[in-house]
Amino acid sequence: MFDFSIITNWIHEQLISFMPTGLAVFVECVAIGICIMLMYAVLAIIMIFMERKVCAAFQCRLGPMRVGPYGTIQVFADVFKMLIKEIITINHADKFLYNLAPYIVILASIMSFSCLPINKGLEVLDFNVGIFFMLAASSIGIVGILLAGWSSNNKYSLIGAMRSGAQMISYELSIGLSILTIVVLTDTLQLSEIVERQADGWFLFKGHIPAFIAFVIYLIAGNAEVNRGPFDLPEAESELTAGYHTEYSGMHFGLFYVAEFVNLFIIAGIAATIFLGGWMPLHIPGLDGFNQAMDYIPGFVWFFAKAFFIVWLLMWFKWTFPRLRIDQILTLEWKYLVPIGLVNLLLMVIIVVFKLHF
Amino acid sequence: MNEIIDIPVEQLHAEMKKLHDERHFDFLRSLTGMDWQEEGLGVVYHLENTLTGENTVVRTHSANRENPEIPTVCDIWKAAEFNEREAFDFYGIRFTNHPDLRRLYLRDDWVGHPLRKDYDMSEETNPLRMTNEEPVDTTARLEVLRDGSVIEKREVIFEDNEYIINIGPQHPATHGVLRFRVSLEGEIIQKLDVHCGYIHRGIEKMCESLTYPQTLALTDRLDYLGAHQNRHALCMCIEKAMGVEVSERVQYIRTIMDELQRIDSHLLFFSCLCMDLGALTAFFYGFRDREKILDIFEETTGGRLIQNYNTIGGVQTDIAPSFVQKVKEFIAYLRPTLREYHEVFTGNIIAEQRLKGVGVLSREDAISFGATGGTGRAAGWACDVRKRHPYGVYDKVEFNEVLFTEGDSYARYMVRMKEIEESLRIIEQLIDNIPEGEYQQKMKPIIRIPEGSYYSAVEGSRGEFGVFIESKGDKYPYRMKFRSTGLPLVSCMETLTRGAKIADLIAIGGTVDYVVPDIDR
Repeated sequence: MFDFSIITNWIHEQLISFMPTGLAVFVECVAIGICIMLMYAVLAIIMIFMERKVCAAFQCRLGPMRVGPYGTIQVFADVFKMLIKEIITINHADKFLYNLAPYIVILASIMSFSCLPINKGLEVLDFNVGIFFMLAASSIGIVGILLAGWSSNNKYSLIGAMRSGAQMISYELSIGLSILTIVVLTDTLQLSEIVERQADGWFLFKGHIPAFIAFVIYLIAGNAEVNRGPFDLPEAESELTAGYHTEYSGMHFGLFYVAEFVNLFIIAGIAATIFLGGWMPLHIPGLDGFNQAMDYIPGFVWFFAKAFFIVWLLMWFKWTFPRLRIDQILTLEWKYLVPIGLVNLLLMVIIVVFKLHF
Repeated sequence: MNEIIDIPVEQLHAEMKKLHDERHFDFLRSLTGMDWQEEGLGVVYHLENTLTGENTVVRTHSANRENPEIPTVCDIWKAAEFNEREAFDFYGIRFTNHPDLRRLYLRDDWVGHPLRKDYDMSEETNPLRMTNEEPVDTTARLEVLRDGSVIEKREVIFEDNEYIINIGPQHPATHGVLRFRVSLEGEIIQKLDVHCGYIHRGIEKMCESLTYPQTLALTDRLDYLGAHQNRHALCMCIEKAMGVEVSERVQYIRTIMDELQRIDSHLLFFSCLCMDLGALTAFFYGFRDREKILDIFEETTGGRLIQNYNTIGGVQTDIAPSFVQKVKEFIAYLRPTLREYHEVFTGNIIAEQRLKGVGVLSREDAISFGATGGTGRAAGWACDVRKRHPYGVYDKVEFNEVLFTEGDSYARYMVRMKEIEESLRIIEQLIDNIPEGEYQQKMKPIIRIPEGSYYSAVEGSRGEFGVFIESKGDKYPYRMKFRSTGLPLVSCMETLTRGAKIADLIAIGGTVDYVVPDIDR
């Protein structure tokens, strides 16, 4: 398995050979920041393209086909259009909060994005409470959405934001519980450590029943957390035109849009990391030849393959199901997912205590 | 229409109550404002007894042209509420005791009542106003005092502190330019106020200066998803008035076209409902299949949405040579596709939860509002004109009238889905047996209708579509009124949505399935 820390350590050594350590760390931080932003943007573009193509396939259409081969340049063209569009400011809006909101959303998204371990040695933020930090960072996004809804002085936006607040805060609980189930199994909160522990089998298989239940709950709650699929009622276009971002134009809208797609990727990435082994190749204990062959596939390929598989799964949900109503969404969460999650957590504790897992 | 009863204004309310309570005329089919020039202004009521199918026509008029006052009947039939508002709007007939006497279609600052024969058409009276009208949150109620004098009372619709949002006129879920003002408590709807008229074109007024063949062109533009049926109704009414019998072949073609149109409309209903509920994939399925019907239409009529196919005494052209075969292919194609729809959408737990028990309309309310079509049948009211007053060749084919008793959104949805199957059955029975014959009767170059009033109705895609013609023996109609299928549906939205969630409003609106150009005639 190729360890990326060789490259990063080499760069670090090269830098400190001709500059003081403090400056070197500063330069590295800036470089990594730029890299993350770039990757973020590229991922967003890939996700948007994927969404359009997957949705088209489900709907017996072709999707974008005109710009570039198979429409591949279409999203770049859209992003360019978005960049040059005028940002309209709304009369009687709270200008400061109105302009601040999309940045809070994108900030939360980028912070949690940088927690994802992409390959061995390629973890940007990796410390002993990694998952906790990521959950905390991602929940800042709600503030941005609430602010957007409140400050745009639009009744649709406000209703969308209130729905969004109720929904995201509720579903964070289920996400937390299902992640906690795996944390009980691994006894660590560090993401790189969680991946390492899956070298002899992914947690989805190792933790068997409770892990599987946690995985399903996580997928449902994660879908709700990013306001997509059957849970897209904060921006239900047939009810509230566009919900909390109705009044945003140009790149401000673009930030919401990009954040929504990358959040979807982050949700999928976390699912891949804690349930499907992250960058860890598929290892079957006892089959050494097979395991070695699997190791030749680089870790980031594994990671992206798993993440995009889950993204595809969530897109499948989205393009199949009708939308729920607000009371049904809250019923689903508080009456079903949370109790099931709690019982599941207990079950996992029992399994861990009595060492019933693989 | 066998009997026409003239009732003087003074006894109108008591007599109407008698008709409703004692003779069980519980369905107000149509309420038409009239201007009989020197005789004054009046109203024509078409009533039906839902038990026996008996029909009657009631007329009343007020000689006072300045301030015609007629007592309201909206406490007897809820359907009268919006229709009377329309009559007030266009004729200035003041309905005493009406709880909400505002203009229904025109702006509040409109001068005059345009369907009156003496209306001043000049641009000076009603210039093109470039400003928005101020929303008025009060309404008028004319109360009759004990001594017979009438006073106007203002009543409040929305209080100042209510959280009101606009659904429409530009909103993806209103299926056109309809506007609801909705007062919300959190997500729960407290009150709903309908505003129509954003695309009112004054078709009824236009018809009064067009010859009969010319009026045909306008019916397709009413309910554009029932273009064939609307025109069928008008042609039937004119033919009935002239005593023309159309050939068997024409009857068959018209019936098949009507049913194809119904399938077309119901497929669109399915698609739009799915889109409203957020199931965008099912939306595309519906549109994909609707396209096939439009292709069939195009081949024969040359039009896809607006077909202009029926004519007085026949149809515009004979059916295309491949018509029969294409229709058969389509029937064979649609049956399995319908199963796919049910798999994708109907069986879905979310869809069921969104629709079941939402927006329940009782049978009594459906009749009282005159909510015909799928909405009425979902509530258990057998209101199918094809069964009540068979026309075309509906008496020769076998089909079931789909009835549900729940009256909720799910029943309304299922009625339409089942009706597609029934329509396929009807077409199947007819398509092989289209008799030979003329597709167009020889008509006189100038069509005149003998003096009198005529009403005929067809089962449109979303309810009873009626045409009422009053003729003075001219080549122009003296008054032509279209019974809108959508207006009763919209008028019962208040009842349906009260206490529901804002998301339910979308589901209810989708299943009630109104089409706005038919409300705003």
